Amino acid sequence: MGAVRGPDGVIPAKHVGTAECAAMAEPRTLVDKIWDDHVVAEDPGAPSVLAIDLHLVHEVTSPQAFTGLRRRGVRVRHPERTVATADHSVPTTPRNLPILDELAAAQVAQLETNCREFGIPLHGLGSPSQGIVHVIGPQLGLTQPGMTIVCGDSHTSTHGAFGALAFGIGTSEVEMVLATQCLLQRRPKTYEVRVDGRLAPGVSAKDVILALLARIGVAGGTGHVFEYRGPAIEALSMEQRMTICNMSIEGGARAGLIAPDETTFEYLAGRAHAPHGPDWDAAVDRWRALPTDDGAAFDRSVTIDASALEPMVTYGTNPGMGLPISARVPDPAAAGDASRRRGLEQALAYMDLQPGQPLLGQKVDVVFIGSCTNGRISDLRLAAAALKGRRIADGVRLMVVPGSDEVKREAEREGLDEIFRAAGADWREAGCSMCIAMNGDQLSPGQYAVSTSNRNFEGRQGKGGRTFLASPLTAAASAVAGVIADPRLLPGIESLAAVGGR
Amino acid sequence: MAEPFVSFTSRVIPLPAENVDTDQIVPARYLKITDKAGLAEALFCDWRFEADGALKNPPFILDRPEMAGRRILLAGDNFGCGSSREHAPWALVAWGIQAVITTSSADIFRINSLKNGLLPIVVDPERHRQLFELVGRDPDVELTVDLASETVHLPGDEDLPFNVDPFSKLMLLEGTDELGYLLGKAPAIEAWEAAHPARIDTVEATGTGA
Repeated sequence: MGAVRGPDGVIPAKHVGTAECAAMAEPRTLVDKIWDDHVVAEDPGAPSVLAIDLHLVHEVTSPQAFTGLRRRGVRVRHPERTVATADHSVPTTPRNLPILDELAAAQVAQLETNCREFGIPLHGLGSPSQGIVHVIGPQLGLTQPGMTIVCGDSHTSTHGAFGALAFGIGTSEVEMVLATQCLLQRRPKTYEVRVDGRLAPGVSAKDVILALLARIGVAGGTGHVFEYRGPAIEALSMEQRMTICNMSIEGGARAGLIAPDETTFEYLAGRAHAPHGPDWDAAVDRWRALPTDDGAAFDRSVTIDASALEPMVTYGTNPGMGLPISARVPDPAAAGDASRRRGLEQALAYMDLQPGQPLLGQKVDVVFIGSCTNGRISDLRLAAAALKGRRIADGVRLMVVPGSDEVKREAEREGLDEIFRAAGADWREAGCSMCIAMNGDQLSPGQYAVSTSNRNFEGRQGKGGRTFLASPLTAAASAVAGVIADPRLLPGIESLAAVGGR
Repeated sequence: MAEPFVSFTSRVIPLPAENVDTDQIVPARYLKITDKAGLAEALFCDWRFEADGALKNPPFILDRPEMAGRRILLAGDNFGCGSSREHAPWALVAWGIQAVITTSSADIFRINSLKNGLLPIVVDPERHRQLFELVGRDPDVELTVDLASETVHLPGDEDLPFNVDPFSKLMLLEGTDELGYLLGKAPAIEAWEAAHPARIDTVEATGTGA
């Protein structure tokens, strides 16, 4: 650690502005650099006023914020740094049909009214750029390295894959950002998640994040921001990186970041809202300075060996209750303390699973492929490759829901929809769908689902429904088998890893 | 939030569950509102009601007659994890809850609660265990929550100290909101924006399209 900075983190005055200061400046993490770049003001004892570069808005967590603005007579400070879409409560039935749920229809109509009144661009239903907010941000090139990005949605952490500080906020904070383009925040602690080694065929980004959650638990990252690093992370495509950052919140961390690199720049180049021409070169120069400096200190650290990972499946009622797919359901009697034991007992009772029973072979009623975690084109390519020329098991329902309208069009250009339909799947319009089950896409009480989404909470996918979280490959393999099945046994699995693309 | 947070005394609702997520506090199907109406009824509703709408038997803790009017929820570790929905603290407040005592609460839930006059009180695991024991022994024990002194007063002379972010404490005690404070920072925000060009334009596409 450099010696210039005092114990309170302040650079002593004698060093400020000197060459010595620049040369000896304490090494900083990616998070620190973004944070320092966005501090507008700091009153003693108060949180920092943090500037927000991009604010994503959707229909469910914003209406009360707009009501608040009207009550105060305040305009949206920067509608041109704000962008909206309808995703959570929208149906995934054909777009020429009306929204049958009156409440959902009213909520979507309210979003349209709010965007019109306050001048916010809306990628609404029927627009070719509509989709899940965390899918369309990157797709449009709105998500860029070094930015601060917020949204009234906990999976805003997704955008951290680009080296942006991106986190979910509540509706009161949505109103604050609409009104001032700023938030009041305390600097988060940093948590290094190092992933060494190399993923085996059939093991993907989803398995990495589920393994992390199984290791540190659902509160392991509370108060922290994850930075994922190491060779296994660097080897991932942007879409796989998004899958990992997406579920940072399931470990309690509001944000999770990955340093921008050539993979990031290649993904962004040419996208609609990415910098262009000379601005692009300047932006890339700026972005190259973002990665964590050598010697920078993290508050906490954990290391995972990617080479040792199997496909992961959850067995319980939070995303930290995950196991390698070849494992057996744990015995609550072996849990360390009474509180843990009670939690595990309740989870197994809800899931109707027995201690010691293998996960492989567990019956499945529904398979859901989609969501902001795994609803991108590379996820659909992998699932389609696993399903090509096969039929799903009798009695299983397979829903494939693209993350955005653009993902849907691309999948159809590539003929993936035909593969899904031929396998017996239901090919839907874009939205959050059965990940949050607000729109009628839901499990019936007691049904078991293998789902590529992010939460297996009680009732998350429909009241009484039971969720096994897994990767798109595991989901596709399980749909064919009708039970939880190991994707590593799929024919040609060695070549599947290359199918995804960027 | 409009009302200043004042010291209060209440009996306790014990909820000995860890990792209570906001999907349990308010299931997603109740998020289709555009206001804050009806959220008290949605609070923990999947733990309270059978599929046919009847109360569970035995009833969930909130529905026991002796729990009516209690304003302190004593819950397990990592309360409020998961979704960022502010509907969770809205529903707890609509029910009448003013403080949640845990060993930790999830970050977004904590931030949302503090903006709605709901005080998240974090105590160490040993004191937390003792509190559950106390409430187990004497279910009608009364606690006094005093934000100004950051103390929960227990029967006798026992005090349980806790920490609250000093800024949030000030906002709660004054009954003012953070947006008012932030709007007052307009000159600083303008100066900062003048020196920092926008990183993005969500209206005008700049690139060649993708």
